[in-house]
Amino acid sequence: MEQFYGYGLYVISLLTMGGIYALLTLGLNVQWGFTGLFNAGVAGFFGIGAYTTAILTTAASERHLGGFEMPYIVGFAAAMLLSGAIAYAVGKVCLRLRSDYLAIATIGIAEILRLILKNETWATNGPRGVSQIPKPFETLPEPWNHIGFLLLVLVTMAAVYGLLEVARKSPWGRVMTAIRENEPAAQAAGKKVEAFRMEGFVIGCMIMALAGAFMAHYLKFVDPNATDPLLATFLVWVMLIVGGSANNKGAILGAFLIWTVWSATEILTSRLPDDLAIRTAYVRIFLIGLLLQIFLQRYRRGILPEIRPSSPAEPGMAPAGAGARPSDSGRP
Amino acid sequence: MAEFINFYLVPGLVLGSIYALGAIGITLTFGILRFANFAHGETMTLGVFIAWTLVQVSGLHPLIVMPVAMALTVVVVLGLDRAFYKPLRGAPVIMLVIASFGLMLMVRSVVQFIWGVQLKTVLPGIQMPVVIADVLRIAPKHMAIIASAVALMFAVHYLLARTRIGKAMRAMADSPELARLTGIDTEKVVTATWVVAAALACAAGVLLAVDTHVETRMGFKLLLPMFAAAILGGVGRPYGALAGGLVIGVVEELSSYHWIGDVPLLNPGYKAGVAFAIMVGMLVWRPTGLFRGRVS
Repeated sequence: MEQFYGYGLYVISLLTMGGIYALLTLGLNVQWGFTGLFNAGVAGFFGIGAYTTAILTTAASERHLGGFEMPYIVGFAAAMLLSGAIAYAVGKVCLRLRSDYLAIATIGIAEILRLILKNETWATNGPRGVSQIPKPFETLPEPWNHIGFLLLVLVTMAAVYGLLEVARKSPWGRVMTAIRENEPAAQAAGKKVEAFRMEGFVIGCMIMALAGAFMAHYLKFVDPNATDPLLATFLVWVMLIVGGSANNKGAILGAFLIWTVWSATEILTSRLPDDLAIRTAYVRIFLIGLLLQIFLQRYRRGILPEIRPSSPAEPGMAPAGAGARPSDSGRP
Repeated sequence: MAEFINFYLVPGLVLGSIYALGAIGITLTFGILRFANFAHGETMTLGVFIAWTLVQVSGLHPLIVMPVAMALTVVVVLGLDRAFYKPLRGAPVIMLVIASFGLMLMVRSVVQFIWGVQLKTVLPGIQMPVVIADVLRIAPKHMAIIASAVALMFAVHYLLARTRIGKAMRAMADSPELARLTGIDTEKVVTATWVVAAALACAAGVLLAVDTHVETRMGFKLLLPMFAAAILGGVGRPYGALAGGLVIGVVEELSSYHWIGDVPLLNPGYKAGVAFAIMVGMLVWRPTGLFRGRVS
């Protein structure tokens, strides 16, 4: 019985983390899947969300800025607003340039954020991070506190998914697809391409910050490693490409699938002797990278490929070719 | 004044020439293969660890084994091109960016798997600086780094300005369509680009390792300054990347000089942010860079 209880708790933590990653992947899907924007700094916006809510909701501490003891909802809202504002500034600079520049600028933002988090110790407690972050439902008895938090994550994920599905099928979503597939044509049709791109980018970054806020409350702790490009950027990209970009169900599927693989292999490798365990950790990264390359080369549409919403004027529009994203195909 | 030169200007020039060598590769792949290569920093890391192994095996000075390490790095990178970039060459270029992003972590994990994550050195011991005219003190390793960097820069200049393949590379970077129309063998140019980029990345890494130490994150730490140098100089402009690298290296070091009063102008902890600030400034003010690179 004890053992089953342990398994149960593991499944709950797996689903909670999967749900948080699903939020991240949904955010990236708005940017890459629908708008065709390459964000290489997912971790940065994730970290902004985590730290914002951590500082706003914790009790006073001598080690970092805080003592505001705001309700969770304020923490979440502030996390999303701050992330959106920073995304707007990045977008203003980069969205008019070709897609690679956004990738470089976003990875830069993530690294700068890490510098700030490490150096501004008065606010962030530097590399030691912010601890004792309150967690929703933590006063409930075991295991209901874990279950309560899991439900909160899953309900939020479902709500974000629902809103994004509505957006995808709306005229707004169709304009997004049009811009991604054929920018000159969309422009010729009188669509403000840059404004739409900006909306996609900002909304995506706000969802990533929401995921970061959940992570901070879930772990009750956040340190500059939250902006680690491996766990918070790279894994999310693999999840989206494997699950199926431009498909919200695919994004969620990819998140749970890859997180399960990642977490299960961690349990396996941690049973090995120390030296070997550290080394096999790198094998995991390598294999997950290889998985990404295989999907890029062979199954670019992912497990659940994009489904185009039917246009009211032309029911059953023909789907696009082999899942290629011709937004950049003007150049050889 | 002597303090300024010894502790800020010379280290700035050393760092700048390392950035410059790395940025040439970035700008060439950006200009010729048309994508931002996120794995370039890891090419550098790989080259450094190959050089470290050669130093351990042979017991020679790192700068002597450097050409061998450069050749080996080129072989690995050509293999990576065949396996991961070539299959995507017909696809939208952004796919190549994703592939390079994935490759960045794959190469690093291989390096960490083989060599571990402990700090290593290629040049053991502390060297006494050479004193010139009583006040100027320059470490021999800094002289060696700057001399090697200048020699490599001349080699690149000769390649680009005098040889057939170098001219073809510049033509491709300027206008791929026109280059193809004039009958340039694009696959050959692509191979040459990888050769130059990988060799210089390895060299830049080894020079950095001579100056500091060997660690698995060193390439990634250089990625942003190298991108910034390429953008500052103008994408696709190798001479621009040279200038950009030197500027960024010097500005980074000078930013923590106590220009006003006794405190550093910028907290040294933020040194790494200088390159980013310059890059954002360029993207706002003049995305084509100093040497009129391309933005689309």
